[in-house]
Amino acid sequence: MNEFLGTIFIIIGLAFDFFGCLGLLRLPDVYNRLQASTKCVTLGTCSILFGLFLFKGFTSAGIKAILCIIFLLLTAPVSAHALARGAHKSGVKLWEKSVCDKYEEDKQGV
Amino acid sequence: MKRLRWLTGLVVIVIISVVVMGYRLPSLLEWQSLFLKRVFFILLLCALFCLVRILRGPTPADRAVAIDILGILVLGFCAILGIPTGRDWYIDIGIAWALQSFISTIALAKYLEGRNFDE
Repeated sequence: MNEFLGTIFIIIGLAFDFFGCLGLLRLPDVYNRLQASTKCVTLGTCSILFGLFLFKGFTSAGIKAILCIIFLLLTAPVSAHALARGAHKSGVKLWEKSVCDKYEEDKQGV
Repeated sequence: MKRLRWLTGLVVIVIISVVVMGYRLPSLLEWQSLFLKRVFFILLLCALFCLVRILRGPTPADRAVAIDILGILVLGFCAILGIPTGRDWYIDIGIAWALQSFISTIALAKYLEGRNFDE
C-alpha cells in the first residue's frame, strides 16, 4: 500500500518536472522562464522526495528525505529571487509584450 | 510559418517521448521494476532540455537559471536512485548537492548583479 502511494507521488512529481523543463525551453523571456521553471521543478522534486519517504518509511533515508524537502522549500525561492534581482540589475530587457514593470518604476521614482 | 514551427516542435517532443517510453536498454543496475527505469529516462529528458537552454540562451541570466534548475533535478535523480538499489547513501549525496547548488546559485546572482556597476 505504501509502495502504491509512493509510486503515485513519484508520477505526479515527474509530470511537474517535465512541464517545468518544457517551460524553461519554450517561454520567450528570462523572467517568464524563471517563473515557470522554478516553482514547477521545486514542487516536483519535493513530491519525488516524499515518494521516497513513503517507500522507505521511518528509516534513516526517509527522515533524510523529509529534511531535504524542508531545505529545498527554504532555499529554492531565495535563489530564484536573487537570480531575478541580479538579472534585472544587469540590464536584461523584458519581453516586448509585457504589460507592467513595477521594479523599474520604483527605480525611476526614487 | 509560426504554426509550422509549433507543429514541428510538437512532433519532435512526441517522437522523443515515444522512444523514451518504448526503448529497451540492457540493465544498467539491478532494477526492481520497469517503471523506475522509465522514470529515470524522463528525468534524463528534462536534463537534456536544461542543457539545450544552457547552449542557446541569449543572455548570461538564462544560463544561470538553467544551471539552477539542473541542480534541483540532480536531487531528484539521487532520490530515485535510492529506491531500486536499496542503498541509503544516495540521499546523502543529494543533500550535499542541494547545499552546493544553492551556494553556487547565490554566487552567480551576485556576479550578475555586480557586473553592471563595473561597466
